[in-house]
Amino acid sequence: MSGKMAEKEIFAMDQTSMWRALQINGRVIAALLMREIITRFGRHNFGVLWVFLDPMIFTVGVTILWNCFERHVPVKINITAFAYTGYSTVMLWRNAAMRCGKALEPNYALLFHRNVRVVDLLYSRVILEIAGATMSTLVIGVVLVATGLIEPPKDLLMMVSGWVLLMWFTFGLGMVVGALSERWDWFERIYHPAMYFYLPISGAFFLVDWFKNPIRGWVLWLPTVHVTEMIRHGYFGDSVHTYEDPGYLCLLCLITLFIGLLFVKETQYRIGHQ
Amino acid sequence: MIRIENVSKAYPTRKGWRKVLTDVSMEVRKGEKVGILGLNGSGKSTLIRLIGGAELPSNGTIHRGMKVSWPLAFNGGYQGSLTGLDNLKFVCRLYGADYGQCLPFVEEFSELGPYLDEEVKKYSTGMYARLAFALSMAVDFDCFLIDEILAVGDIRFQHRCLIELFEKRKDRSMIMVSHNEHLIREHADRGAVLVGGRLHHFEKISDAIAFHSEYISRAKTMLL
Repeated sequence: MSGKMAEKEIFAMDQTSMWRALQINGRVIAALLMREIITRFGRHNFGVLWVFLDPMIFTVGVTILWNCFERHVPVKINITAFAYTGYSTVMLWRNAAMRCGKALEPNYALLFHRNVRVVDLLYSRVILEIAGATMSTLVIGVVLVATGLIEPPKDLLMMVSGWVLLMWFTFGLGMVVGALSERWDWFERIYHPAMYFYLPISGAFFLVDWFKNPIRGWVLWLPTVHVTEMIRHGYFGDSVHTYEDPGYLCLLCLITLFIGLLFVKETQYRIGHQ
Repeated sequence: MIRIENVSKAYPTRKGWRKVLTDVSMEVRKGEKVGILGLNGSGKSTLIRLIGGAELPSNGTIHRGMKVSWPLAFNGGYQGSLTGLDNLKFVCRLYGADYGQCLPFVEEFSELGPYLDEEVKKYSTGMYARLAFALSMAVDFDCFLIDEILAVGDIRFQHRCLIELFEKRKDRSMIMVSHNEHLIREHADRGAVLVGGRLHHFEKISDAIAFHSEYISRAKTMLL
């Protein structure tokens, strides 16, 4: 075969179009998602329902708990709505980050398939958690509004925007945790307590308005604080004063995702023998 | 055509980087069956994983001009906590194959019967090999990568594998790595030998086997 012909053949076959690549990627992630559901929840009992029952139980439990301690809240606010808008965000970022920790090791065997990449393994886990947390938030919200326990949100679009930005942030966080827990064993031991300590300042348990400067300025560095502020702005409308800055939040999401993907790329190169 | 150009691979170990493959180049045309001989630790499986794309080379390039299978080996490719059928579903979804069309062949070839519904981690090596082979035959590849897996099964399994590979799919390419000279002699069109991470090419299979045998006998003397 002449050199030129060979070149041509190689060129034709190696240039996978963008659309084709997206198709393959979609297929890979769908396959991984199904696999993930089967291994995690099995086929028995509620099976896949646990995807959203799990976070639902937490959010409902915390909401009930908070109702018992209502008088500790400094201002007059619907405590059920407050707990719901706060804790459901925690379920999203925390569960996804937890599921991405040490997510690669049990899946090494799948990397034998060329189209399965480290990033796909992490994506599928994050997508599953996001789907579960979103479904549970939706179901709880509908039930709470339908039963009259809380009022319908003032600005649903604002709430949804906050939620979407949280999904974005969660993707980045998942990548970072997934890659670093693979890199260093001790990272897993660190991030569990770190997430636990972060919880009180995550924004789920307060409104920024309750603080005075300089604390107010400090908590406004945190991405999840902007998320909860935004979601509560959407829910409570102008009856509460919120301090979110969507532009700043987008910037943080972008940086987190960028760093996450960078780490994941490094992991992909480094993973060698099983 | 598959074209491997100046590929090297190094792995980090506790004692620094260890080079497993050095400057390997090779071409495999459509329909060609290449046999690569090598002792344990010569870099055979690494080379197969690189060709399959399971790992990326440290240096050099690999062009895959055809649909290349995943490496058929003892480890990798399948999830132990899934059943045989779940693994088939996974592979079908992954490669865009039709589950309903693949199932009869996998049932027939693997001869696993009710065990297809059991978790793969409970399988014996022989059962695993049968499933692994059946799954990769179910998807339509242009080139199969075979890493010793033929060596595990019994004579019957081997015979059935050979029919699938060399009779029913004789127009496909194949890259086999093995330390089994007989297998390479019988089924490869072209031979190469991996020694210490370097690939030596030979025009004739018999030359490759002679080189490999000589290397083995030298290695034996060194041990004595």
